Amino acid sequence: MSTTSTQPLAAPDETPGSRLLWVFKDTWTIVMQEFMHLLRQPSTFAWQLGMPVVMVLMFVYVFGSAMDVTGMGAGVGYIDYAMPGMFAMTIAFGFMNTAFPVAFNKEKGFMDRFRSMPMSSSAVVTGRGVADIIQAAVDLAVIVGIALAIGWRPAGPVTDTLAAFGLLLWLRFALIFVGIWIGLRVKNTEGAGNLFAIAFPLGFISSVFAPPQMMPGWLGTVAAWNPVSSTASAIRELFQTPGVDLATSTYWIEGHAIAGALIWPVLLLVVFVPLAVRQFQNLSR
Amino acid sequence: MPPTDLAVEARGLTKRYGPTVALDGVDLAVPRGTVHGLLGPNGAGKTTTVRILTTLTRLDEGRATVAGHDVKTSARLVRRAIGLTGQQTAVDDLLTARQNLTMFGRLFRLDKRSAARRADELLEQFSLTDAANRAPKKFSGGMRRRLDLAASMILAPQVLFLDEPTTGLDPAGRREVWHAIRQLAAQGTTVLLTTHYLDEADQLCDRISVVDHGRNLVEDTPAGLKRRIGDERLELTVADLGDLDQAVELVQRATELVADTTPGSSTLSVPVPDGVRALTDVASEIRAAGLDLADIALRRPTLDEAFLQLTGDQAVLTGPTEETS
Repeated sequence: MSTTSTQPLAAPDETPGSRLLWVFKDTWTIVMQEFMHLLRQPSTFAWQLGMPVVMVLMFVYVFGSAMDVTGMGAGVGYIDYAMPGMFAMTIAFGFMNTAFPVAFNKEKGFMDRFRSMPMSSSAVVTGRGVADIIQAAVDLAVIVGIALAIGWRPAGPVTDTLAAFGLLLWLRFALIFVGIWIGLRVKNTEGAGNLFAIAFPLGFISSVFAPPQMMPGWLGTVAAWNPVSSTASAIRELFQTPGVDLATSTYWIEGHAIAGALIWPVLLLVVFVPLAVRQFQNLSR
Repeated sequence: MPPTDLAVEARGLTKRYGPTVALDGVDLAVPRGTVHGLLGPNGAGKTTTVRILTTLTRLDEGRATVAGHDVKTSARLVRRAIGLTGQQTAVDDLLTARQNLTMFGRLFRLDKRSAARRADELLEQFSLTDAANRAPKKFSGGMRRRLDLAASMILAPQVLFLDEPTTGLDPAGRREVWHAIRQLAAQGTTVLLTTHYLDEADQLCDRISVVDHGRNLVEDTPAGLKRRIGDERLELTVADLGDLDQAVELVQRATELVADTTPGSSTLSVPVPDGVRALTDVASEIRAAGLDLADIALRRPTLDEAFLQLTGDQAVLTGPTEETS
């Protein structure tokens, strides 16, 4: 053996007071691990953003010219309508960015290693959450940058615009726990990859690209009550998107979009936090 | 915590998954500073045992202490005294080898400087210094596993658990990992490893517990296990198949034992209590008779044979089962 370590190396004792501190410190270590991933493999980040960017360009330039969602004529105002929808969808699909690494960590034995270590076990989850929120904010900044570049402008006051981004991140926060629950539930990363099949209709059967009023009756109702729709409608209201008049909407929920955007994530949290916690505890079955 | 010279002590470990009984009363006693092997086929309960002892899986019945701490009531203390290298190589493929060890060091609550220093020590100890700034994605299987081992050695744990440490490695990788395990054992780390490679248990372990269907079958030293299966065998191959009957006769005259033969094979085999004497006696008979031999050798039973003999009957009765994890 070439080296003798300057022993003893020991994890410091925990007191009830220091336990919370360690949750923060361990969370930070996990967050840094996630960021080092981005630094060392920026292409992952690019791929994650590729999808929304392509969608922006497709919907605005390929379909957009034929779209008349506001009654102002084909193509008129579609950028203003579709961009908030894109923001909401990018955020909504974010749950897969949580589910995939969770499934990966479980499959590759990382979860086991962490759980056999004297670290705070909640940091495994909180670290994921903090990293995901930061990443969602960065994703959003990039999409907003693209939106600004192709001519989208928020018309409301700055505080409303900031509130809109707050609502988006609030939805993303709730979706972390959906992602953790799914990530722990699926057998492996392949299972997580298949989530696209669920995410796609969930993203599209909404007011993201077209108003629910224009869909067949029952589908319109489903779309209007989709949590993603509430967030999309709420931020349109805050951005003062031209041609969007939610107060006269046929769907009650559309008339209460901001309340919906605040309450839907609460409901998601109420359902999925306990589910995620139980799933995490089930690891030790 | 009472002082004990046992690093791992388990009594009657029982674990059920619905109607499936994964562990049906496994006992273990591993003295400090020894290497103990858990040997058994897939589904024997090896992984479940390790998961219980490393606090990853709850115990249904029984009692277990690791480094003097109860796994049920003092899980946190157990975690501070152990290292685990699971079946999967749990290293971060995107970080460099050094970044991996520093990150784990931080999670083991070392301060920044200690974590960095410890990372460098471990890189050197596991001969990874040259690869320190490369990502393990491009490592060989043996290198990845050594990094994995290094990550479980951050706090120089009292007890190291290795779940099938060389499964999936090529022969060179296995030798590298064996070497690393031997070094750790030489430093006094208690090691509990699971394997279904018998030569691995033979090579590394002081004692071996053979388990099957969630129960202990036998516990012994590698040499003791081999003794249990019985004597050495004298194997003799005649150059001309027609001489085989005469060879059997000569062997019987020399050893007073009847040799086994297989139809169509020119080799005979006979268990002999005193191998060397039997070999010289048979050799002189053969020479006196002027028989042409292709080969003559004494063969010790391999652990594989011991293992098959110990588990074989039950395996035949119940068939193989899936490894529960």
